Amino acid sequence: MSLFKALKPEFLNYSAAESGPFKSLFNFRQLWRSRIIILLCVALTPLICLAIFTFLVTKHDTEREIHLRTIRLASNAKRTISFFFEERQAALDFIVRSNSFDQINDNSQLTNILQSLKDSIGGFTDLGIIDATGRQLQYVGPYNLQDVNYSSEEWFKEVSVRNYYISDVYLGFREVPHLIIAVKHTLPNGLTYVLRATLETKRFNEIISNLNLSGTEDAFLLNKQGIIQTPSRSHGKITEKLTLPVPAYSERTEVLEMQDNNDRKIIGYAYIPETSFIFMLIEKKSELMRPWRSSQEIIIFFIVLAILVILAVIYRVATHLVNQVFLADLKRVQTLHEVEQSSKLASIGRLAAGVAHEINNPLAIINEKAGLIKDIFSYKEEYKHDLKIIGLIDSVLASVERCAIITKRLLGFARHLDVSIQMVDIRSVIEDVLGFLIKEAEYRSIAVNLDIEENIPQFETDRGKLQQILLNLVNNAFAAMQDNGHLDIKIRLLEEGFVSVSVKDDGSGIPEADLKRIFEPFFSTKTKTGGTGLGLSITYGLIQELNGKLNVVSKFGVGSEFTILLPLKNTRATKGKNK
Amino acid sequence: MAEKILLVDDEKDFVETLAERMRTRGMTVSTSTSAKDVLTNIDIESFDAIVLDLQMPDMDGIEALKLIRAKNPNLQVILLTGHATVEKGVEAMKLGALDLLEKPTDIEILTEKIKNASTKKMMLVQEETAGKIKDIIGGKGW
Repeated sequence: MSLFKALKPEFLNYSAAESGPFKSLFNFRQLWRSRIIILLCVALTPLICLAIFTFLVTKHDTEREIHLRTIRLASNAKRTISFFFEERQAALDFIVRSNSFDQINDNSQLTNILQSLKDSIGGFTDLGIIDATGRQLQYVGPYNLQDVNYSSEEWFKEVSVRNYYISDVYLGFREVPHLIIAVKHTLPNGLTYVLRATLETKRFNEIISNLNLSGTEDAFLLNKQGIIQTPSRSHGKITEKLTLPVPAYSERTEVLEMQDNNDRKIIGYAYIPETSFIFMLIEKKSELMRPWRSSQEIIIFFIVLAILVILAVIYRVATHLVNQVFLADLKRVQTLHEVEQSSKLASIGRLAAGVAHEINNPLAIINEKAGLIKDIFSYKEEYKHDLKIIGLIDSVLASVERCAIITKRLLGFARHLDVSIQMVDIRSVIEDVLGFLIKEAEYRSIAVNLDIEENIPQFETDRGKLQQILLNLVNNAFAAMQDNGHLDIKIRLLEEGFVSVSVKDDGSGIPEADLKRIFEPFFSTKTKTGGTGLGLSITYGLIQELNGKLNVVSKFGVGSEFTILLPLKNTRATKGKNK
Repeated sequence: MAEKILLVDDEKDFVETLAERMRTRGMTVSTSTSAKDVLTNIDIESFDAIVLDLQMPDMDGIEALKLIRAKNPNLQVILLTGHATVEKGVEAMKLGALDLLEKPTDIEILTEKIKNASTKKMMLVQEETAGKIKDIIGGKGW
């Protein structure tokens, strides 16, 4: 959370109520938020749109690519498999056409033919001749099937009608997968017979395994009932029923997508003509999309990275922007406060001057009347020795003088509102300032220790402002101290043409965390007790107007020392701003 | 010799009291509460010094000072003020006032200033007289 705290812009903590009557013109929180939202929209919308568009387009393209590839593979396989059957069918056809019935019905001749078939085309296990009644006339092969009657077999009925027949794969008595090809031949005399051959499925298993399938792909043959005809990698054994539905008939090679368990599968299939076989090529979609997905992952990674960078930049830029506005506005409010403060002081000054002047006149009368009484008493013999009356009059005169000092100081205060650079004696300024505060110091038993170096010359500065600066500093010191505190004021002449005035108290001190902020306007620890948080900031401003510097050394619980450095020569005379 | 002075202040209490105190110190004192009266007074009488308040309702002290100096440059004017500023002081001195004192004043200081004024006036008058005598001596063929 401390990181967030460090990143959190300062103006978020600002509440308009703190600025008193000079409310901020802006809602910084809202300003900041809207800036960020606008920048985010402008920067991120095109980026995200582009990313989504690219994602969708490449996905679509990749899917199409995969479908095409699947169709190609399936078509090739379909062609090869149909060719396989056509070849064998053509061979049988050739045999029945090139041999007379007598030749073919000869066992040794048939054995030769089987041997030739095995040697040339291959894959044949046995051959049989079956007459129109279904009786096997001749059989060559490893089993004794002579005279078996097939008339009730389904395939026999089929071949009688269609002339050709290719059976499904079955295990038969031998538990070896095989299938039957049968060709019906009509002799010139009108009689028919059927040449039947058994084929091993090993050969087309080889064809299918030659498809160069990758790890998760699966290719096999299916019959129209959905029974698996050739070994499958992951979809069940031969003669088992496929869990997926049998795809609809189509003359061409087709591709479709199907949800199977948790995987989405791409199925390429082709009905092999003249047979009941369907070539199936089943692929896991996720597997096929992997190259595309990994490229997308890289792209997404970079987009996310870019978004993060954009976010950071936008945050910085918006924060900086609003912060500038915030600082400018803070300065404006501060200036307004200063103007208010100084105009307030100016009115107080005018009031004080008026009051002082009006009081001075009656005071002069009292002075003269008392003086006259004194005169009369001093000149007349009978009163001359009445010391009590003389004492009374003297005390009246002393009081008048005291009043006169007060009015003079008030007039002096008013006069100092006019800003002007003049030669100032720091001693008299300090005395004036302490004059205001000495009563408080006495009440609270604060020991004020003045230490002024002898050789300090008069120097060019603004008397009124210097007074206000010192008054503020001494006031602050008093506020920080308990009763019976000590205040040290030290004035030194520095070699570089500066006078240093240090005001040191043994009060509460300033916590280190606050030390950086004490000159900020509105920073106050006395807000509850009526502090404005402007005292030190005005003091700081005044010192800067006098081309001076202000340093603070403070230890919490021990005390603070404020040191001001003032130049002996004031080159940039600041003109009065009250006028 | 008794100094002859004119006190001008809009506060009657103030002038009367101050006048009485001056008189007890052996001076001949006339009083006036209006600057306008002063201008007619100085035509009739001659004063060693005029003590003038700087702020009066009908005519400002500075204004009065100007007119007095215009009528008779030999007249010595001491200004009194309840609101002393450096600028006012400088202005008054430039216009030829002898001095500027802050109210309430110490009677001894005021007396001293008046004595100075009287001496100065005397010297000026003597110079003037000497000049006149020279003129007469030089002008008439004896």
